[in-house]
Amino acid sequence: MQTRAVLQQADIQRALTRIAHEILETNRGASGLVLLGIPTRGALLAERLGAILAGLDAEIPVGALDVTMYRDDLDRHPTRTPQPTRIPAAGIDDRTVVLVDDVLYSGRTIRAALDALGAHGRPRAVRLAVLVDRGHRELPIRADFVGKNLPSSAAERINVTLAELDGEDAVTITGGEADGGAA
Amino acid sequence: MSGTAYLIRGATLPDGETTDLLVREGRIAERGAGLSDRGAIPVDAAGLRALPGLVDLHTHLREPGFEQSETVLTGSRAAAAGGFTTVHAMANTFPVQDTAGVVEQVAALGAAAGYATVRPVGAVTVGLAGERLAEIGAMARSRAAVRVFSDDGKCVHDALLMRRALEYVATFDGVVAQHAQEPRLTEGAQMNEGALASTLGLAGWPAVAEEAIIARDVLLAEHVGARLHVCHLSTAGSVDVIRWAKARGIAVTAEATPHHLLLTEQLIAGDAALDPDAVGHRGYDSRLKVNPPLRRDEDVRALRAAVADGTIDIVATDHAPHPVESKECAWAEASFGMVGLESALSVVQAALVDPGHLDWGDVARVLSRTPAEIGRVPGYDAPFAPGSPAHLTLVDPTARRRFGRAQLRGRGVNSPYLGRELPGRIVATFHAGVATVLDGELQTLPTPTDHEVA
Amino acid sequence: MTGLRHLLASADLDRASAIALLDTAEDMADVATRRVPKLPTLQGRTVANLFFEDSTRTRLSFEAAAKRLSADVITFSAKGSSVSKGESLKDTAQTIAAMGIDAVVLRHAASGAARVLAESAWIDAAVVNAGDGTHDHPTQGLLDAYTMRKARHGADSRGQGLDGLRVTIVGDVLHSRVARANLGLLPTLGARVHLVAPRTLLPFGAEQWPVTTSSDLDAAIADAPDVLMMLRIQQERMHAAYFPHEREYAGFWGLDEERFARLHADTMVMHPGPMNRGLEISAAAADSERSLVLDQVANGVAIRMAVLYTVLSGGRHAGAREAGAA
Ligand SMILES: [Zn+2]
Repeated sequence: MQTRAVLQQADIQRALTRIAHEILETNRGASGLVLLGIPTRGALLAERLGAILAGLDAEIPVGALDVTMYRDDLDRHPTRTPQPTRIPAAGIDDRTVVLVDDVLYSGRTIRAALDALGAHGRPRAVRLAVLVDRGHRELPIRADFVGKNLPSSAAERINVTLAELDGEDAVTITGGEADGGAA
Repeated sequence: MSGTAYLIRGATLPDGETTDLLVREGRIAERGAGLSDRGAIPVDAAGLRALPGLVDLHTHLREPGFEQSETVLTGSRAAAAGGFTTVHAMANTFPVQDTAGVVEQVAALGAAAGYATVRPVGAVTVGLAGERLAEIGAMARSRAAVRVFSDDGKCVHDALLMRRALEYVATFDGVVAQHAQEPRLTEGAQMNEGALASTLGLAGWPAVAEEAIIARDVLLAEHVGARLHVCHLSTAGSVDVIRWAKARGIAVTAEATPHHLLLTEQLIAGDAALDPDAVGHRGYDSRLKVNPPLRRDEDVRALRAAVADGTIDIVATDHAPHPVESKECAWAEASFGMVGLESALSVVQAALVDPGHLDWGDVARVLSRTPAEIGRVPGYDAPFAPGSPAHLTLVDPTARRRFGRAQLRGRGVNSPYLGRELPGRIVATFHAGVATVLDGELQTLPTPTDHEVA
Repeated sequence: MTGLRHLLASADLDRASAIALLDTAEDMADVATRRVPKLPTLQGRTVANLFFEDSTRTRLSFEAAAKRLSADVITFSAKGSSVSKGESLKDTAQTIAAMGIDAVVLRHAASGAARVLAESAWIDAAVVNAGDGTHDHPTQGLLDAYTMRKARHGADSRGQGLDGLRVTIVGDVLHSRVARANLGLLPTLGARVHLVAPRTLLPFGAEQWPVTTSSDLDAAIADAPDVLMMLRIQQERMHAAYFPHEREYAGFWGLDEERFARLHADTMVMHPGPMNRGLEISAAAADSERSLVLDQVANGVAIRMAVLYTVLSGGRHAGAREAGAA
């Protein structure tokens, strides 16, 4: 089984900075924005985006939205312990919520997140920011802000590590046919 | 049929001697090396142990009244399959075996079935109610010739009544077999009292409830000069009391069951966990629910030592069949008891012979000669001697088998040994010269109806 | 956290599983405060509440938990159904199994009933023990642990055990499945348990449990435990010679006002309910600021949601678990 790095620490930082700028552009400023990261790594990425945006003088509330209890695949995975959901004090009603996750794949996590949002309020709009989009969507869902598009085979595994949790920043691909094409 | 002759070749007797035995007309006709068959059916017993027919002093045959659990016929088939040629049928039937009529009926059913001698046990008190003496004399004098009297399942707990029972039964050369269980100390009791019962939330059955009754009864027996038999000892303390009583010269005999010699309370906590393929016991496995309850490991060790040194005189099965629905339920709702006739000898081998506590001569003593003496059963005093009744069983002690439903030949399947590997196998059983088991297979005897016609 | 197929006894939980359940319950507790106080998690699943013994409180708590997770609920309770007429556990279980259920919540008067059902071949559903005889009541143990953890760690409870917490349980330990549920769980979480009762109401062999025991409530109070848990005393016990009469019991082992006044300021008071006010606990103690009795009730739903979610997720087969390892 072969593992190769596709993004390194500096790449991730650049991608997040670009996404932060795109969010502000698309929204025409910071007003009404809320960032909600999907635990575990999406929540960390949301915190980083929030920090980058703060550096751009855009103070945007950041929270976390756990989707465990909204998944439709409870049977297919080991039991997951839900992570805390933190909704910023101002709430999400009539805000523009930017969901943040590490990898966009089947789209089922985002589907669950949209359902979970409904339990907390009614946003004006919902956007999606992801560090990696690896394709293979099973639902009509797309990301508004993408750090890197990474076409992959279903046999491969995309692994995102973040310094806060894993000690270092990296995106790696494991498995599949080692075609050497992604140099 | 007893008309068939068998020549058993090369059997090893309990004392180690290897010999041929000619069985003819219900008796041992000849014994010696190199006998010629003279038309007898040869039975190759090379490598097999010949034991005298086993005698169980404690069997529940359930008929009359509880035929869904067992009948005299099915129970005596189970007995034969286990190597037994005589069983004592406990009195807790419905109606209770407390009159000459009922005990004669049970004995007659046994004779008609033909698989084993069925010796009914008479109730000590009317209806096992512990209030008035049953007609002990009439039962003793009946065609059933009852010599063992017991309210088994219940304790004769009234001290005065027990005293009178000991005295009155002695009048007829009988013995009271006491089920030693102080009733107030065991109200609602479910398993041996101790930390495990407390953890499992099952009401405790204290050892003292058994020991206190035994202590009282040996003193009563001494006082009135009668013999006493104590059923199913289960605790180390009971062994101490019996040992003390024997040292004092009190005419007491004691039994232990195979299960109390092998199994401990720890099994009730479950050793198979949730793995359906595991061999062993699930938690709260009601097959382990028995009266008296399974005890601690140190009790099992004390019982084994007591059988080895003769403090405990005999092993008796307490074969207690129950219908499936009485065991397929929560522990507290389940009936007490387990079947034991078919597995008894294997369990004795595992618990006592293989670890070196007993040799096969001792086995013959604790499972045949002494129980026959206690029950005053004739024909077991000189096994294998020419002229003696041909009650014997052939055992392959080298066999090992996974004990399964196929081994259970009575109506009850409430055996704790199902799925367990046990040593030894009954190859043949002869009851009064009739082969009830041959080549390891239970034989089909002519039905009772055929008997009557013949 | 590994999949939990059944919840039969609190002692079956290792520390990690117990903490995962408590953590899951943290989120379940939040659900009640949301705009939509309901999760779609168990949509399409059916939970059967099988109550061979009447217990309205526990039954309602499990029903609320199942409904907040969007499960369908079938309830069989002792009153007014065949289970009161001596129908066997096996027959009833097979009847409801035929209706296609995913989990059974079982309350039964016989110790071990939940384990017998779970290990039988009668049904294939997950089994949650909602109280079996005098054996165990694991969701009670969990909700008590949750309540203690919340009282000690507040918003920082997630991930915490009960390390160093000193819990004194007072009263009829002998007949109490609540006491056993706590005994099976609290030491696993690092708490130290002390039992106080007259000798008649301490289980035989309790000295072999991982606890300390005594009969002196005043000394136990002077020892300033973190939690004082008073057990319900059943009035019929005095007829079975466990103690002479109520006044004597209350005099020695009741948390009366005078004893309550002597409680260390940080000692919290718990009771599994229903309470005999004036017998094992005074009204003043029960209704005080330091009483966690109402928290216990409220936390029950969150714990039961966490348990139902846990036994009904995670896949039923080892293969499914491995395939899902992401
Ligand atoms: Zn008995």
